[in-house]
Amino acid sequence: MDQEELGKLEARCIQEQPPACAAACPVHVDARAMAAAIAGGDFTSAAKIYKKSVPFPGIISRVCDHPCQAVCRRRDAGDAVSVRALEKSCLDWAEQVRDTGFLPPAKNKRVAVVGGGLSGLTAAFELAKKGFSVEVFEKEGRLGGSLFRFSREQLPEEVIAADLQALDKVGVTIRLSVKVGEAISLESLCEDFEAVYLAPGEQPEGGLGLGLDGAGGWLIDPVTLGTTNPKVFAGGSVRRSTGNRSPIESIADGRRGAISIDRFIQKVSLTASRGGEGAQETRLFTSTEGLAPMGETAMADAAGGYSREEAVLEAKRCIQCQCLECVKVCEYLNSFKSYPKKYVRQIYNNLSIVMGHRHANKLVNSCSLCGLCREVCPEDLNMGLVCKKAREIMVEQGRMPPSPHDFPIRDMLFSNSEKFALTRPQPGTSASRYLFFPGCQLSASAPDQVRKTYAFLCEQLRGGVGLMLRCCGAPAEWSGRVELFSESFADIVSQWQELGRPQVILACSTCYEIFKTHLPEASVISLWEVLDRTGPPDGAGRGSVPDRALAVHDACSTRHEKHIHQAVRNILRRLGFEIEELALSGDKTECCGYGGLMFFANPELARSVIGNRIRQSDSDYLAYCAMCRDYLASAGKRTWHLLDLLFGAPQGGDAQRKGPGYTMRRENRARLKNALLEELFGEKPIGMEKYGGIGLRISDELRESLERRQILDSDIQQVIEFAESSGSKLRSSRSGHFLAHWKPAAVTYWVEYSEAEGEFIVHNAYCHRMELTEGNRRLG
Amino acid sequence: MRENNAAPAESEWLCAKCGLPLEVGKVDVGYLGSVFPVDLYRCTKCGQTFVPEELAEGKMAEVEKLLEDK
Repeated sequence: MDQEELGKLEARCIQEQPPACAAACPVHVDARAMAAAIAGGDFTSAAKIYKKSVPFPGIISRVCDHPCQAVCRRRDAGDAVSVRALEKSCLDWAEQVRDTGFLPPAKNKRVAVVGGGLSGLTAAFELAKKGFSVEVFEKEGRLGGSLFRFSREQLPEEVIAADLQALDKVGVTIRLSVKVGEAISLESLCEDFEAVYLAPGEQPEGGLGLGLDGAGGWLIDPVTLGTTNPKVFAGGSVRRSTGNRSPIESIADGRRGAISIDRFIQKVSLTASRGGEGAQETRLFTSTEGLAPMGETAMADAAGGYSREEAVLEAKRCIQCQCLECVKVCEYLNSFKSYPKKYVRQIYNNLSIVMGHRHANKLVNSCSLCGLCREVCPEDLNMGLVCKKAREIMVEQGRMPPSPHDFPIRDMLFSNSEKFALTRPQPGTSASRYLFFPGCQLSASAPDQVRKTYAFLCEQLRGGVGLMLRCCGAPAEWSGRVELFSESFADIVSQWQELGRPQVILACSTCYEIFKTHLPEASVISLWEVLDRTGPPDGAGRGSVPDRALAVHDACSTRHEKHIHQAVRNILRRLGFEIEELALSGDKTECCGYGGLMFFANPELARSVIGNRIRQSDSDYLAYCAMCRDYLASAGKRTWHLLDLLFGAPQGGDAQRKGPGYTMRRENRARLKNALLEELFGEKPIGMEKYGGIGLRISDELRESLERRQILDSDIQQVIEFAESSGSKLRSSRSGHFLAHWKPAAVTYWVEYSEAEGEFIVHNAYCHRMELTEGNRRLG
Repeated sequence: MRENNAAPAESEWLCAKCGLPLEVGKVDVGYLGSVFPVDLYRCTKCGQTFVPEELAEGKMAEVEKLLEDK
């Protein structure tokens, strides 16, 4: 990921885009922040926020034409928030804070401003604040220009006078009753001053000799407000047709003109980086779905404006626009307490660290890669792709922490070893029109269902149904181990080619996705589509399943496979089930916590993901992925696998059954292979390891802790085998138990055990990754 | 890594092979290229070392995580 890519990804997250109100405001008053402060009763902070953007706050809070209110998202459910009235209220109710602003040193450069209305005075104020020596030429006998067109009630003269005091403070010189073009010429101003800002309200007759457009108005550059004379800039109402005056636009022009003049005098680019000035469109999306309608808060005293209490009520109607669409539906994004724009930056920084702590490793490795964020993102940003790419880079850099993925990778290697891997054409045939690929996890969770399904497919389909037992490589793919994945998948491809490129029937949604992505030349079909076509096996149906609707939990890897969603529902309907659709289903389904190896990298997060998912309906869930079923059931949710309804649940269990533990999962795969070898293919079963004969007794309580610690029975057997054959073990003087350790690969396992009747009672087992230097222990 | 300074003076564990009680001594414990001398009970004859469950689950796990993120 380079800087450019990072920038593009960051730009797609719109959470930091301004709210519609601030974007539409030509001077970008942060009405959202102001309303938040008022809602919290903090009028002083609110006033500070407001005044930061507006030079004459008293005036604007009374006469602003508030373009913000026209775009307020609150309008979807009630009236727009009364931003202008809130502005006034924060001035009314703020504590009076003394202006602590100080002026920069005088620049000894003179600027003339023609016109003492809002636009000219804004330019004068802004330029004086920058240290310029500013003189304002006003043709009337008082400042204010068209402000006096407002009624006294709306805009009392005292308010104007009070606001204009700000000009004195910054040392602006005022020349009243001087009409430029008559008493003094523009040419002489240009000689005496470094630059001129023209804001006369209406264009003087003759146009002061500046270039004109076709309609006779001054030619004014909309970005710089430059005229045909490089020293002269012009803005304010003179730029707008009469009758379309906008106080806030006049202020914005004054500020724009001041920026141009400052740049002109400094001799820097007038046009660079000016996109942020003036009213804008925002890309910020804010959902107003489910927002309860609320009308504008009434004022007890319409002339006086909001009371404190009324203002707080009105400010509370502001919905504090933000996007967070992805964060709202994704516990992973929510749990790191920020949003993708920040996450992308954190991940990028994490990848760039040469020395130091990589704080974002967990952020990178916790994502399920399910892609729900992209589905709900108005800009299609997919954090899953970002995290997957980051994992690949970490692996490539040799910076991937070993512990999050080691166990599932070893599980994958087991599945692709002779213990489980098996590829054969259908017994009694040599041609294979189809290839059944049940996947490693269904074989681990429900080996009997694999046997029954394979038998059913062989009976229903003509042309030969080959069988391939192994792992599709998803753990390598998910964990960013590109090379490992390619090697493993190359075996699949060559065996598939040897079988004559059959159509692949996939029982696991993840396998389906992997095959579709990495073997595009193969025809792939989900088992559910096949079973939808063949119809259910005899005897399939309700069985022990309660006569209630089933809530379908779609697998996240089928997100874009509508035909699979459809096939599953067709089968359910045909079996007589009523279907309940969860709020997040189909292309918006949620991951069960297994995807992307989330459970291994961040088990607490995975548990809360599962917890959220199972609370979405009281109905029994129906999953069609073995891991989804086992994970949802692990938290106590009654969850059926679709094959339970077709071929019966494993060992007479029901929706409540917990999936097998890690040891049993491997055992189930190995037994499945051996059973098929013997029964179907008439071959010799694969023998077990020498240590496999070591009998273990493990209590249920210890079993739970072994699962949590990811310790397999075979790990324990290897420790005991080593200890008993080498004699290298410790003995407790208290209990007489033995304690031994052994490091088969990366992890050192410790087992406390005793012997009884030729078996070993396991009292405890734990493990660590740090390595001990133990002299000649192993030499025995 | 600072470790079980609070380890009891005597361990309940004996080396079953050498028949000797374990004594506290420096053992090099390493991970991902970093090595720390740690005070652990071990057999003075064969070097067989004892890592208590609390150490494996506690400090060691913490240091592993720290080094993995370094």
